[in-house]
Amino acid sequence: MLKIENLHVRVDDKPILKGISLDIRPGEVHAIMGPNGSGKSTLSHVLAGRAGYEVTDGTVSYLGRNLLEMKPEERAREGVFLAFQYPVEIAGVSNIYLLKAALNAIRKHRGLSEVDAMDFLKLVKEKIKAVNLDEQFLYRGVNEGFSGGEKKRNEILQMAVLEPSLCILDETDSGLDIDALKLVADGVNALRSADRSFILVTHYQRLLNYIKPDQVHVLAHGRIMKSGDASLALELEKKGYGWVDQLTSAGA
Amino acid sequence: MSATAKTLDKLIKKDYAPGFVTDLEADTLPPGLNEDVIRAISAKKNEPEFMLEWRLEAYRHWLNMEEPTWAFVHYGPVDYQAISYYSAPKSQEQPKSLDEVDPKLLETYNKLGIPLYEQERLAGVAIDAVFDSVSVATTFKEKLAAAGVIFCSMSEAIQNHPDLVRQYLGSVVPPGDNFFAALNSAVFSDGSFVYIPKGVRCPMELSTYFRINAAKTGQFERTLIIAEDSSYVSYLEGCTAPMRDENQLHAAVVELVALDNAEIKYSTVQNWYPGDEEGRGGIYNFVTKRGDCRGRKSKISWTQVETGSAITWKYPSCILRGDESVGEFYSVAVTNHCQQADTGTKMIHLGKNTRSTIISKGISAGRAQNSYRGLVKILKSAENARNYTQCDSLLIGDRCGAHTFPYIEVKQPTAQVEHEASTSKISEDQLFFCMQRGLSAEDAVSMIVNGFCKQVFKELPMEFAVEAQALLGISLEGSVG
Repeated sequence: MLKIENLHVRVDDKPILKGISLDIRPGEVHAIMGPNGSGKSTLSHVLAGRAGYEVTDGTVSYLGRNLLEMKPEERAREGVFLAFQYPVEIAGVSNIYLLKAALNAIRKHRGLSEVDAMDFLKLVKEKIKAVNLDEQFLYRGVNEGFSGGEKKRNEILQMAVLEPSLCILDETDSGLDIDALKLVADGVNALRSADRSFILVTHYQRLLNYIKPDQVHVLAHGRIMKSGDASLALELEKKGYGWVDQLTSAGA
Repeated sequence: MSATAKTLDKLIKKDYAPGFVTDLEADTLPPGLNEDVIRAISAKKNEPEFMLEWRLEAYRHWLNMEEPTWAFVHYGPVDYQAISYYSAPKSQEQPKSLDEVDPKLLETYNKLGIPLYEQERLAGVAIDAVFDSVSVATTFKEKLAAAGVIFCSMSEAIQNHPDLVRQYLGSVVPPGDNFFAALNSAVFSDGSFVYIPKGVRCPMELSTYFRINAAKTGQFERTLIIAEDSSYVSYLEGCTAPMRDENQLHAAVVELVALDNAEIKYSTVQNWYPGDEEGRGGIYNFVTKRGDCRGRKSKISWTQVETGSAITWKYPSCILRGDESVGEFYSVAVTNHCQQADTGTKMIHLGKNTRSTIISKGISAGRAQNSYRGLVKILKSAENARNYTQCDSLLIGDRCGAHTFPYIEVKQPTAQVEHEASTSKISEDQLFFCMQRGLSAEDAVSMIVNGFCKQVFKELPMEFAVEAQALLGISLEGSVG
């Protein structure tokens, strides 16, 4: 699905990622954990194609194609989805309008016709129920006046409607209370399938109580210091990020 | 410049689709303005004596007036002697019906998407088409006549309804009102005339389509709409011009009169040629539009979508004279490249319990300057008058400007006046978010801008709303930055 090799990224001439390698196979869930400033969000943004990041070395291949050569909208249409840490508000553009425009852009890219209005409404109403948002959120401006938790659930709604192949969740759990966290986790678990992969970027272990990862990677100082199975997250929680600093090189 | 900014920048570069020229033989007066020119225009139109006198008086007034300089727009001096004040397609002197209209003209309007043939009944819109200085066709005349509605060119109205013209022309915008209105009064060559009799709800939307074709000419049309007691009319106006390197002057006057319980809804989609990316060419759009809510409980509503013109100087206003009368102004003004717009409204409250609403949305991209200028004036007589004003500006890129000049004058203590304003910018975050959901930068900008303008678009008649949205997308193409 996604193969990252020796990825080096700079922001404003400052090296942030210093040689990341990851191999994510279809159906797998990888958690990337790390302290603030370790480069977690940079990794998410580079994968999604945000401007302002300079790749100085390394390769990223997605479904056999060079991901780094693709424009952001092309990545999205090919099935790369980023759930944002801070979803933006777009006043006056209704949620349902955005969802439909996005779905149709993706369908068009795949040579499909535009979605039928009635089918679409049915689909969206079904998906919004799953994230426990009221239907009225469909008709409000995108994230306009939403609470933090509502914004995050709205991201999961978009993910559920667009059905991407690679889902990157950038600290989706941050700032959520336990109920909202469960809803987000349920949303992700419902989407898990043999041909869909996930990257969960998170600061805390608690999200992983609800979404069981296949692999956990600990990121610090722009490098993956240690990789392991789900138990690594628990170990990390117990020992704290200070423990990671004592590790000298990428383990596992 | 970031990658998103580059995409945005590319977006701004855009062709002006209506920019073609129709090759027609024209009857054009030589450039220059003096009393003989005015006499010639009046003679060509075979006008009654009172019209010639009216024009000459306006002209003499104009000679003593100065071009206004208070607007926040900058342009070189206009040489009023270099402009031709009359141009008409030669084959087009007096068409009796559509069959007599020059096929080249019909083709022009077809290219612009204006269906003139009556078989396009589905559109349900009666159209008066003004090509350079003269009106070439008014459709649906018979159906309107059956309802008692008069919808014709101004020239015809002067011939066939001189009393109405004499009574109302200049009663809202007097000939000496301002520099451009005086000029228009002296030289106007055509325009549309609408009269809705008492108690009649006009059975269809009325529409005028203005087209400047000839080079080095000005267009000075004059529109007069009279709505008698308890009548209703919705009127649409559209405009385009060919692409030319020189600037062309468009100085129109629109007068609306609403009597007791009458309602006039006036919508404009203005798409005059805006000039090229470097600011060469384009139309100077210096227009006076004013509505007089003369009757009790009358209502006048202006909706405008301004995407064209190199320079726009335009303040569609309402005089709320009748008690409980209502004035509305909904505006979207888009400026891109080197366009400059100074536009807004005046709401003059005279009657008791009068209400006005102003919703203005200014969008600025490229190196454009976009100003909102509005006056809310509540006189001593206007007890319990109310106004609500909201003006929002949206900036695209970092080289454009948005300005707001609100004037509020209140002489009546029971009045309530509210003013809200905001300025925002399409952020890189918003664009990246939309692109991450699969939208192109163009579609993202168009979606965000349309969302910003929604409040105004919903005031437009359906078929115009679609056109306005499409136009907005085109105007902002290449604007992201």
